[in-house]
Amino acid sequence: MSIIEIKDLTKKFGQFTALEKVNLKVKKGEIHGFIGPNGAGKSTTIRVLLGMLKADAGEVSIFGKDAWNDSVAIHEQVAYVPGDANLWPNLTGGQVIDLLLEMRKQKPNEEKRQHLMKLFEFDPTKKCREYSKGNLQKVLIIAAFAADADVYILDEPTSGLDPLMERKFQTHLLELKEQGKTILLSSHILSEVERLCDTVSIIRKGEVIETGTLDELRHLTRMNFETETMQPIQELENMPGVHQFEQDGNKSTFQVDKEFTNQVIQVISQYEVIHLSSTSPKLEDLFLRYYEENEERADDHE
Amino acid sequence: MNKNHFKGTGRLITLLFRQHRLKIILWLSGIIGVSLAVALAYPELYQTQDDIMGFAMTMNNPAMGALVGSNYALEDFNIGAVFASEMLLFTAIAVAILNILLVKASTREDEEVGRVEIIQSLPVGKLSYLTASILMMLVVNIGLVLLLTLGLTTFGVAIFTWESSLLYSSILGITGLVFAGVTAISAQLSSTTYGTNLLSFGALLFSYAIRVIGDVQNETLSLFSPLGWATRSAVFVQDDWLPVFVLAGCFLVLISIVFYLHLKRDMFAGLLPNRPGKERASSFLKTTPGFIWHLEKGKIIAWFLLIFLLSAAFGAILGELETYFADMDIIELFLADSAGDNMTEQFITLLVAIMSIFSIIPSVSILHSLKGEEMAGRAEHFYTRAVSRNKILGTYFGLSILSAISMQVAISLGLYVTSSQVLENPIDLMTLLETTLVFLPAMLLVIGVALLFVGALPKFTLVSWLYVVFVFIVLYVGNLLDLPTWVNDLSVFQHVPAYPHETIPWNTMGMLTGVSMFLTALGFIGYSKRDIDG
Ligand SMILES: Nc1ncnc2c1ncn2[C@@H]1O[C@H](COP(=O)(O)OP(=O)(O)O)[C@@H](O)[C@H]1O
Ligand SMILES: [Mg+2]
Repeated sequence: MSIIEIKDLTKKFGQFTALEKVNLKVKKGEIHGFIGPNGAGKSTTIRVLLGMLKADAGEVSIFGKDAWNDSVAIHEQVAYVPGDANLWPNLTGGQVIDLLLEMRKQKPNEEKRQHLMKLFEFDPTKKCREYSKGNLQKVLIIAAFAADADVYILDEPTSGLDPLMERKFQTHLLELKEQGKTILLSSHILSEVERLCDTVSIIRKGEVIETGTLDELRHLTRMNFETETMQPIQELENMPGVHQFEQDGNKSTFQVDKEFTNQVIQVISQYEVIHLSSTSPKLEDLFLRYYEENEERADDHE
Repeated sequence: MNKNHFKGTGRLITLLFRQHRLKIILWLSGIIGVSLAVALAYPELYQTQDDIMGFAMTMNNPAMGALVGSNYALEDFNIGAVFASEMLLFTAIAVAILNILLVKASTREDEEVGRVEIIQSLPVGKLSYLTASILMMLVVNIGLVLLLTLGLTTFGVAIFTWESSLLYSSILGITGLVFAGVTAISAQLSSTTYGTNLLSFGALLFSYAIRVIGDVQNETLSLFSPLGWATRSAVFVQDDWLPVFVLAGCFLVLISIVFYLHLKRDMFAGLLPNRPGKERASSFLKTTPGFIWHLEKGKIIAWFLLIFLLSAAFGAILGELETYFADMDIIELFLADSAGDNMTEQFITLLVAIMSIFSIIPSVSILHSLKGEEMAGRAEHFYTRAVSRNKILGTYFGLSILSAISMQVAISLGLYVTSSQVLENPIDLMTLLETTLVFLPAMLLVIGVALLFVGALPKFTLVSWLYVVFVFIVLYVGNLLDLPTWVNDLSVFQHVPAYPHETIPWNTMGMLTGVSMFLTALGFIGYSKRDIDG
């Protein structure tokens, strides 16, 4: 059963169409990744979902309730972390966390609150004007995790966190998932989405262009390789799973589909490796290729 | 209306009070403190009915009517009327400014930077944050009314009865609330804090200007201004409560409109369309002065227009003044303590002094925005490029001086365009320019103070504003407050000659400029030595 359901959502800002017939479903107990480049419409979708922006067309619901009209009732069970935080400069971090928790009608769970502060190494006694960006982000993350919610909506929540904190955050998300919570995670970092998410939607220029499980989208996740070997590598160019192979003497760069990584490594190792590096593809590369493929397909049909 | 729209308002009021309490306490103590000090000073100053009549003479003419909105018949004057004539309008404006600042900060500003978004993701109604802001203003203004009433009746002389004191304070409170409502509406119309500021302060200025013209030329016009109503209760004499009820009604209407508008729009959006910005930076924008000018030009242009229009409004009434003074007989002139002098010119001198204090506000504000850039973490963008601190601070300093000069020119031009039409003996533009520019050394000193704090002591920049307020108070009621001479002398405007009646004391002017240079130098040294915050 879908907890979050968006059907044919269209949202305009004046003349500009920010979202065009967006569809999105998140089932109970899953982590759904919502990825796309900057300005794609992730935050706009989420704000419609939270009843802050009014949809121009389409149906948007959480727990089967209308996102705009029933926002107050819905929000009792929803926790939200926006991507960049600006808090009340004259209040301390601890005060803000308390106030945000008190505004849900639940009793704040003291134990949980303490545990989270320790986990994220957070000092709640400073005024918000004094916190760094990462620490402000922690205030919101702690306030969201300390609340007893069923649905978590996170809009690029790890921006500003250092890698250690990011990892702790991700571990905590997986714990929440085990407790059966439903999570919508927007991100432009592919590796984060790969590590956490069961299903993924990809949005670009206000349209959802791909949606499915990670395995179904596997063709979108290739690794970039850069190698330098004693002799030029020969047989890679025509191997299955290898793309965009370019060679310059003993150096070569190429992309590899995830499932072929092992075979490729075995081939490379025969050539006495001097240097080998691999990086996750940038999201923009993915979109570029997605569009190339689409255009090719369109050409084939003609 | 849907009850759900207001859910969680109570807790949000707590939140807003915690955020703004220091500002509220400082403003209320300032407003109440000055009011009580003046209320106590008057009976000492005006002991006999003759003294009061003397004051009434100076108040009861179109010039002062225009400036301070005094609306008493000559024979009605008592010590309370003297107090209200001098204090009511300007205190009401101070209360209005407090309301504008607080409402702006707790509506559009909180929304623009994303605080409202965080709240709106909780089980909280769509109107709750706005309602909390309005209720906070109700508490602040009612608090002001009660405290001031209590203060006036406790410490004031017999004329400060419960009813009159309550009416006087209520006028202040309800005028404040009307401008709270105006600001809340501005916050729905504009999608930025900057635009909200512009609309609200524009509305305040507009209310003042049409009251000036209305009071002198056409009474009905004044009834379109909240400030016109505020000065029409004959408090301490007839104690007419009608203006309070009218303004209360006006407040309720504004609030209903605000709720309606708020429900009609998306978060982050304003109801007025935004102009798209330019895509490319011009080559001027790429220079340091060009970039800073781009950041600050809106402020300078808005203030220039504001000061020009206000001066033009005063210029427009000078004709009536001239006629009035010409008709006054010698005895009255003598009573008014200005025998022999040209009253119109004397009025212009006072007017220019008051306007010059407003002129200094954008200059201080420009320097403070360097600190603002730092707080917002944007100063980094300058310093990671190869731009020296001296160049940045120097550019802000230069712009601040440029602004001061422009504002004085705006006063001269404003007075000139209208007064040259209505005066029988027009004052030429040159004289007006001299009258206004004679304030420059004093303004430079205030700029020096602001620069010292921004440069060397950024934690205490509030002091520059307090100094501006101090200068205003000394100018406006300093002679009543019986302050020691040295305290009055701390106000730099005390040292500006009443040109063209007095000759210009060049050595004093040189001194002011010297002190200003000294403070500026300290500011520059401090700035090159201290840490940059963001
Ligand atoms: N209030 C608004 N008014 C006008 N345009 C907006 C507004 N909010 C967002 N947009 C535009 O809508 C598009 C999608 O923005 P957003 O949802 O914030 O993207 P993302 O979160 O994916 O980076 C962008 O082109 C952005 O400029
Ligand atoms: Mg976003």
